[in-house]
Amino acid sequence: MSDPRDTLLDALRAPERLPDLAPARWDLLLRQARHADMVAHLAERLAARGLLDRLPEAPRRHLVAAQNISAKQHRDVRWEARCLTRVLGSLEVPLILLKGAAYVMGDLPAARGRIFRDIDLMVPRERLDEVEQKLLTNGWLTMKKDDYDQHYYRTWTHQLPPMIHHRRMVSLDVHHTIVPLTARPKVDAQALRDASQPLEANGDLRVLAPPDMVLHSATHLFNEGEFSHGLRDLADLDALLRDFGSDPAFWPQLLARAELLDLRRPLFYSLRYLSSHLATPIPAEVMELARPWGPGETAAKAMDRLFVPALRPIHETCDNRWSGIARWLLYVRAHHLRMPAHILVPHLVRKAVTRRYAMWKGQPRPA
Amino acid sequence: MNLSQLSPAELAEGLRGPGINLCTGPFTTRIRSPIEYVAEGMALLYGNNRIAGPEEFVDFHVAIEAPGGIRRWWRRQALFTLDGTTPFAPLPYDEALPLLEWGLNRAVTSHAHTYLVLHAGVIERDGWVALLPGRPGAGKSTLCAYLMFNGWRLLSDELALVSLEDGLVTPLARPVSMKNQSIEVIRERVPEAQISRVSGNTVKGAVALLKVEAGSVARVAEQARPAWVIFPRFQPAAEAELAPRSKAQALLELGNNAFNYSVHGLRGFRCLADLVERCGCYDFTYSELEEAREIFARLAPPEAS
Repeated sequence: MSDPRDTLLDALRAPERLPDLAPARWDLLLRQARHADMVAHLAERLAARGLLDRLPEAPRRHLVAAQNISAKQHRDVRWEARCLTRVLGSLEVPLILLKGAAYVMGDLPAARGRIFRDIDLMVPRERLDEVEQKLLTNGWLTMKKDDYDQHYYRTWTHQLPPMIHHRRMVSLDVHHTIVPLTARPKVDAQALRDASQPLEANGDLRVLAPPDMVLHSATHLFNEGEFSHGLRDLADLDALLRDFGSDPAFWPQLLARAELLDLRRPLFYSLRYLSSHLATPIPAEVMELARPWGPGETAAKAMDRLFVPALRPIHETCDNRWSGIARWLLYVRAHHLRMPAHILVPHLVRKAVTRRYAMWKGQPRPA
Repeated sequence: MNLSQLSPAELAEGLRGPGINLCTGPFTTRIRSPIEYVAEGMALLYGNNRIAGPEEFVDFHVAIEAPGGIRRWWRRQALFTLDGTTPFAPLPYDEALPLLEWGLNRAVTSHAHTYLVLHAGVIERDGWVALLPGRPGAGKSTLCAYLMFNGWRLLSDELALVSLEDGLVTPLARPVSMKNQSIEVIRERVPEAQISRVSGNTVKGAVALLKVEAGSVARVAEQARPAWVIFPRFQPAAEAELAPRSKAQALLELGNNAFNYSVHGLRGFRCLADLVERCGCYDFTYSELEEAREIFARLAPPEAS
């Protein structure tokens, strides 16, 4: 494989070849990795094999710099988790951390080199108002001031409008389930909570059960139509499955939960691209059992034409005319899965119009 | 090969086409720009800098371009991109050259996290560095510019790259960004100074860029150890005065003005604590550059003090 568009993917698959990479190719690799938010991830893959110190100085510096950023974010997440338990602890609400924050707090291998923009927290829907009030009176602000946006989030999505802490500038997404309320798959949030696990014996913080963690990541990647971190999300899934999958009891649980939570299709796509892209070790019988959950072999081949380009970093060295169309079609597909047309069409029209006006607004001046 | 070895036509063609790989200190930046003012400015300011070949590693890919559409004819603009991302809103076309410098600073401060990056001017004499931290307007660039022609080597007028391993500072030796009155002040006192065209009306007022003196660029690979932390403050009509400052306060101030202090956590704190421990820390008030030169010439390195 030496398609320059797959420089990052090749590096993830065979990090042991990187010490011999030509300087100009390093440059290409780091550009793609930066746009995928995976420089620190790459650094950790190299460090785990003892290869970081065998690299040329200039690219090595960027890898170590990214490791430093990732370490800072992990420190911050640990601190924020403490702050959240202090603020919300008195409510006696189960506080389930999702995605990156869960990987870090759970000390999972998926946390290594993980970069994130926000903290994701899930609480029961019926307690959402109390949680929001507590946060608002403890320094958190809601970021969407616009009435329409507020309405959109509260009525149709699975989370509150994003919040930000007024001093620490950390952003927080408070969810009550893992898919939008209007979405095609109907996920039972109670089932997710019942299976969730405490992080420590006496703490308030919890994380999803291992199969649910995988399914959440899978549905986020394949149903939400947002591919700015597609490859990073696939690498998350790879790390989760390599970790949990070493226990043979895990695989039947994963399949059973996919059925129960109605998330068979995203699991099918995850397994398909994990084995083709990252050679994740998945038992043959699991692949076989998940096969009927796909759209059929011909349709799956057609979907490859969309997902394969969309899983590349969004960067000029990976893009062609088709990749833009592929991402757009997946965006449409995601919205189709997310909400019925009578809600979706007015929403997209409104978004398209307001975005044109907002283009440069709020961007900083150089300093 | 140095940039001055390119003819103006070759430089302009390189900038319009595949880009010019400019080396500044530890970083190589591929710069693309179809804007003549940028080519002119680079020829003036970066003549002594090395140009890396097309097969070498490049740290940052930047461009300064003119956005199309109606802006091509009406109030033309310049837009900075860092590998396809646009960290700043576009500026008037006339500010393309300062925008390149701000953009290069941005590239460094957003990626150079192997260093503790302080917001400070950095100059060196006899192997010892003076760090001049300060808020914009404190007069650190003017001081750096003047001292660069009076016995000091310039490492940077803006960014101190401090090693977390050994505390040494790595030079950048990029042009000094001068604002408002200080442009005329340097022009008067230093006739040989090579200064770019003035961009009139930027967010920071009038801005011009001063070429770094050749010796500082030639020695760009030489790191040096901090000996003094001096907080400059320009105060009209004041007599120059160097007053000791508490090390704890110096540490706090350095940390507050650093670009990535929080990235390094405890290591960052230890690095700064060690720095202020080894350095003489001072407040420096001045109005006359010549008095400043004399006081700085008398600074004694740590062993002697």
